[in-house]
Amino acid sequence: MRTVTVVGASLAGLYAARELRAQGFDGRLVIVGEEPHRPYDRPPLSKEFLTGSTGSTGSAGATGQTGSTGSTGSTGGGADEGHLALTDAEEEGQLAAEWLLGTRARGLDPRGRTVLLEDGRTVSTDGVVIATGASARRLPGGAALAGVHTLRTLDDARALRAELAGGPRRVVVIGGGFIGAETASSCATLGHDVTVVEAAPLPLVPQLGREMAEVCAALHPRGGTRLITGAPVARLHGTPAVTAVELGDGRRLPADVVVVGIGAVPNTGWLAGSTLALGDGVLCDDGCVTALPRVVAVGDVARVGGVRAEHWTSATQQPAVAVRNLLAGRTVDRARPLPYFWSDQYGSRIQFAGRRRDGDTVRIAEGSTGGDGFLALYERDGVTTAALAVDRPRPFMRIRRELARTAQPASAA
Amino acid sequence: MIPVCRLEDLPVGESIRIDTTPPIAVFNADGELYAIDDTCSHQDASLSEGWLEGCLVECPLHAASFDLRTGQPTCLPARRPVRTHQVTVSDGVIHVRPAVQEGTAA
Ligand SMILES: Cc1cc2nc3c(=O)[nH]c(=O)nc-3n(C[C@H](O)[C@H](O)[C@H](O)COP(=O)(O)OP(=O)(O)OC[C@H]3O[C@@H](n4cnc5c(N)ncnc54)[C@H](O)[C@@H]3O)c2cc1C
Ligand code: FES
Repeated sequence: MRTVTVVGASLAGLYAARELRAQGFDGRLVIVGEEPHRPYDRPPLSKEFLTGSTGSTGSAGATGQTGSTGSTGSTGGGADEGHLALTDAEEEGQLAAEWLLGTRARGLDPRGRTVLLEDGRTVSTDGVVIATGASARRLPGGAALAGVHTLRTLDDARALRAELAGGPRRVVVIGGGFIGAETASSCATLGHDVTVVEAAPLPLVPQLGREMAEVCAALHPRGGTRLITGAPVARLHGTPAVTAVELGDGRRLPADVVVVGIGAVPNTGWLAGSTLALGDGVLCDDGCVTALPRVVAVGDVARVGGVRAEHWTSATQQPAVAVRNLLAGRTVDRARPLPYFWSDQYGSRIQFAGRRRDGDTVRIAEGSTGGDGFLALYERDGVTTAALAVDRPRPFMRIRRELARTAQPASAA
Repeated sequence: MIPVCRLEDLPVGESIRIDTTPPIAVFNADGELYAIDDTCSHQDASLSEGWLEGCLVECPLHAASFDLRTGQPTCLPARRPVRTHQVTVSDGVIHVRPAVQEGTAA
């Protein structure tokens, strides 16, 4: 293989580029990214980046994160944007890649040998890594009112942060999932008046099951945020800026700022004319290989063995397997990662690992749900299937390792 | 020198966090004592709550691993070292001498 093109210059794309070099690929490496920024880390965007606390890494100094890393140093943000950078100049030098940033790919030819770029250029390639991630889902029919935000990109976060900097606001967060909850928590920390509206009777039930979803929902009022459930949004009011959110039952919530956190959709639109199988993501086998053996997919956009994860850890673990298979030209290795994610809200750290199914029983193994943290185990037929911890990193780590030892490929679960 | 705890209160395989600024983690790795900065150099996690194996500790948040002897990360996502600190035992009590912070006149 002489040329490999990575499409998507974020977490999974960068890890794929690193793996290509680590696994001995010394040909031409092209990285195409729609955003103008060098790869940066998204999880802090709803957490410390929004609240403006740079986290605890300050003491060690931001070595290597100079203005040359691209995502840093432009408007506003200042030093803490440096903490988001996933690479530094030294590593970029070692990768020896051609970065085509601010450039959207708009197509992949049927054989997977040519990547078409938005600006009309083409990249001839022998292998392709698809790492185009996901975009924030928007409210259906929602005209773009001022004051209405989504939170997926650095630019989104900058815009929201700027709006939150102008004194106390009435913030309505639509969607009580993890990103919605973290955003609400960060807004509350900043002293805003925050309401979360959730269409389902309870947020996070698909992820955590009813019992534990209830426990996590209780974090909102404890943190000073109102949570309104079973409340689909009917429409937004205001011109040109939003003034209120109207719920299905007619209630109107006054709002200066609205954050729409209703999930993410995989970025597969650019692949419409390709021969790849699409369907809520790019369909791949257990080894991240698509219908074409020289095209692999990783991260939020990839449906690997029937499962599409939207977790940081999956995006960092899949590339090693995907690249091995890409370089081999067939599936020689399978991804068997244990699903894992974390979330920080209202001063608590939530960690979840494993594959929970409806009907699993939940047992509190340590601490208590009313107190200062706990470890909960999901069990089926006497076997632990998953674990949830709130502020219990140490026992969680132990159980996560045990679960990982017995983890099966995604499709076998 | 900061007293940490009695030697017998930190058995092999255990770790303890001391609330200095910044906090320090002390480990008993197979009988050898080590002290490093407690806060991971990647993001916000306490290494004293990590997974200890030999001379390596794995961060409980994103699994970066650090060599306790040098403070150097051995894998991503951490790319910067944590500081190491000197540990001694006198009269059965573990003590830590915090490394002088870069850029301070201590
Ligand atoms: C606010 C926020 C908080 C989060 N917090 C957590 C957390 O606490 N824990 C956790 O486990 N996970 C968290 N996540 C999820 C995690 O960030 C994602 O799983 C991860 O970013 C996925 O990486 P990726 O590279 O697959 O996709 P993305 O990060 O979405 O990157 C895809 C990139 O591809 C680019 N792209 C898209 N289409 C094209 C195209 N046609 N041509 C060229 N480039 C294109 C996009 O612009 C983007 O830069 C969070 C996500 C967000 C947004
Ligand atoms: S905080 Fe330690 S690896 Fe991320």
